[in-house]
Amino acid sequence: MFAYAARRIAATIPVMLVVAFFVFSLLYLAPGDPAAIIAGDQATPADVERIRASLGLDRPFLVRFGEWLWQIIHGDLGTSIFTNLPVSHMIAQRIEPTVSLMVLTIVFSIVVAIPLGVLAAWKHGSWLDSGVMVMAVFGFSTPVFVLGYLLAYFFALQLDWLPVQGFHSLSDGIVPFLRNLTLPTIALGLIFIALLARITRATMLDVLSQDYVRTAKAKGVDQRSVLFVHALKNAAVPIVTVIGNGVALLIGGAVITESVFAIPGLGRLTVDAILRRDYPVIQGVVLLFSVSYVLVNLAVDLLYTVFDPRIRY
Amino acid sequence: MSSATTTRSGYTAAAQLADVLPPLKQRSRAMTFVRRHPTIVLGGSLLLIMVLIAILAPYLGTVDPTALAPAKRTREPSAQFWFGSDMLGRDVYSRVIYGARISLIVGFAVAAVASALGTFIGLVSGFIRGADAILMRVMDGLMSIPSILLAIALMALTRASVQNVVIAISVAEFPRVSRLIRGVVLSLREQPFVEAAVASGTRLPMIIVKHILPNTLAPLMVNATFICASAMIIEASLSFIGAGTPPIIPSWGNIMAEGRALWQVKPYIVFFPAVFLCITVLSVNLLGDGLRDALDPRLAKRL
Repeated sequence: MFAYAARRIAATIPVMLVVAFFVFSLLYLAPGDPAAIIAGDQATPADVERIRASLGLDRPFLVRFGEWLWQIIHGDLGTSIFTNLPVSHMIAQRIEPTVSLMVLTIVFSIVVAIPLGVLAAWKHGSWLDSGVMVMAVFGFSTPVFVLGYLLAYFFALQLDWLPVQGFHSLSDGIVPFLRNLTLPTIALGLIFIALLARITRATMLDVLSQDYVRTAKAKGVDQRSVLFVHALKNAAVPIVTVIGNGVALLIGGAVITESVFAIPGLGRLTVDAILRRDYPVIQGVVLLFSVSYVLVNLAVDLLYTVFDPRIRY
Repeated sequence: MSSATTTRSGYTAAAQLADVLPPLKQRSRAMTFVRRHPTIVLGGSLLLIMVLIAILAPYLGTVDPTALAPAKRTREPSAQFWFGSDMLGRDVYSRVIYGARISLIVGFAVAAVASALGTFIGLVSGFIRGADAILMRVMDGLMSIPSILLAIALMALTRASVQNVVIAISVAEFPRVSRLIRGVVLSLREQPFVEAAVASGTRLPMIIVKHILPNTLAPLMVNATFICASAMIIEASLSFIGAGTPPIIPSWGNIMAEGRALWQVKPYIVFFPAVFLCITVLSVNLLGDGLRDALDPRLAKRL
């Protein structure tokens, strides 16, 4: 178990290095010479050269990559070109809405999708099953901003049940917090629900045809317990894997959802940074999201041994 | 029981079967195909309609999609403006129809580029042990950056153009293809027919062309349809947040981005491109699902 965990953790290091290398190259290749910008219009080429040397920009690529990596490990993500604030500071200010949205979406999707998938597998071939499958195809085909506008139009503008846009911190109270996040959560959740319901159904179909499920039925275990305890527990590994992999979809979707619902989170920060070509901020956000994604999947891999003690690598 | 009775009852059973099922000749081949693969037919026809719309855009009652008419701003849908007009007085109908071109071009181009690049890396990785470890770590790294973010980051480096959008999305999509092809290559290498080809002295390029590539075709095709659908959504998303196709080109994402400011009072500007985008992505997804079921019967039951 520990050997497996250690090996799995060690395996993420090269992946993280590739991500870091990509993100660093992004800043390295970014158009615009920081030295020339700092020097201003009146500077002579010699001035620019001097500033470049003082910033360390004249050193070889790999030396700069190494130094940058050292800074990152110490939590220094650089300084925004636009606001002159530390990028880590800007990220810290914007992280609450994004994390809230993603956690709510994951919880909501699991609560909706897993029972749907289980029931679809149980009633294999019924209208419920077809309904879930059709919903899944529509879920995959509806971009999150399209669904976001549809929901906002009907539930906020026409029916006036929920706020159209905006965000309230959890510290303002749970009711305004949830009211503002309800529509974004549903919009972002649909594709995740589609993904989860589909994999749950597929795995459950496999599990339900196994001998121990028949045995459990034969000895009179009640239907609900067979489905949700015996079978679902054994279907957990693929489902948890898909939840882990699906976080990438959620991250991409969150960036777009925040734009639709004017949520001041990391997604908005990313979009603003792109429009201003604020490379250190883009770099910081891409790095943060990618590292979180790698860590979530590391956690999922380590969870396997909890769900399925037979797994011994 | 004598054998005669058995034979006779056998004949009776056959006669009853014939009563229930009409002779095979009556059902044409086309009808059999439609019944067996309804999703391929539905998805394929919808996609074909979209492709025709894109090709025939100038003949579908459209006007110049970039023509400004400031006096006719934000008109509601009417006989003159079928889908209304936007805040610069441009005809939303014409823009949406021409927008089909961008979505389809980006979708097909990304599917082709990502498949070709992924196949190449997958083949190298599957055949050259030394390159495999390094290439797959790099692919893992690229795959751990969420596709939209990777495309956004690349678009931030370059000028907005359709070509750069295709490149950015392809870079985000090809690592998955390379993983897929590498897996297929590794399993094919162990197959007797490949071993036989190696043993009989066939050269590697010949083995790849004659034995490996034909067997990657089915998974590659299914995967390409899903990449196409995903690329269309990413293109629209990029354009929507202002990091995609240049704003002067009418793409569905751009039309929606421009309609955003007014969507609460003039929802139709956002609505029509959204519907077209969904139908197109849906058609490609249906086609992909159908192809997967048809080409990989083992998966058909499961997903």
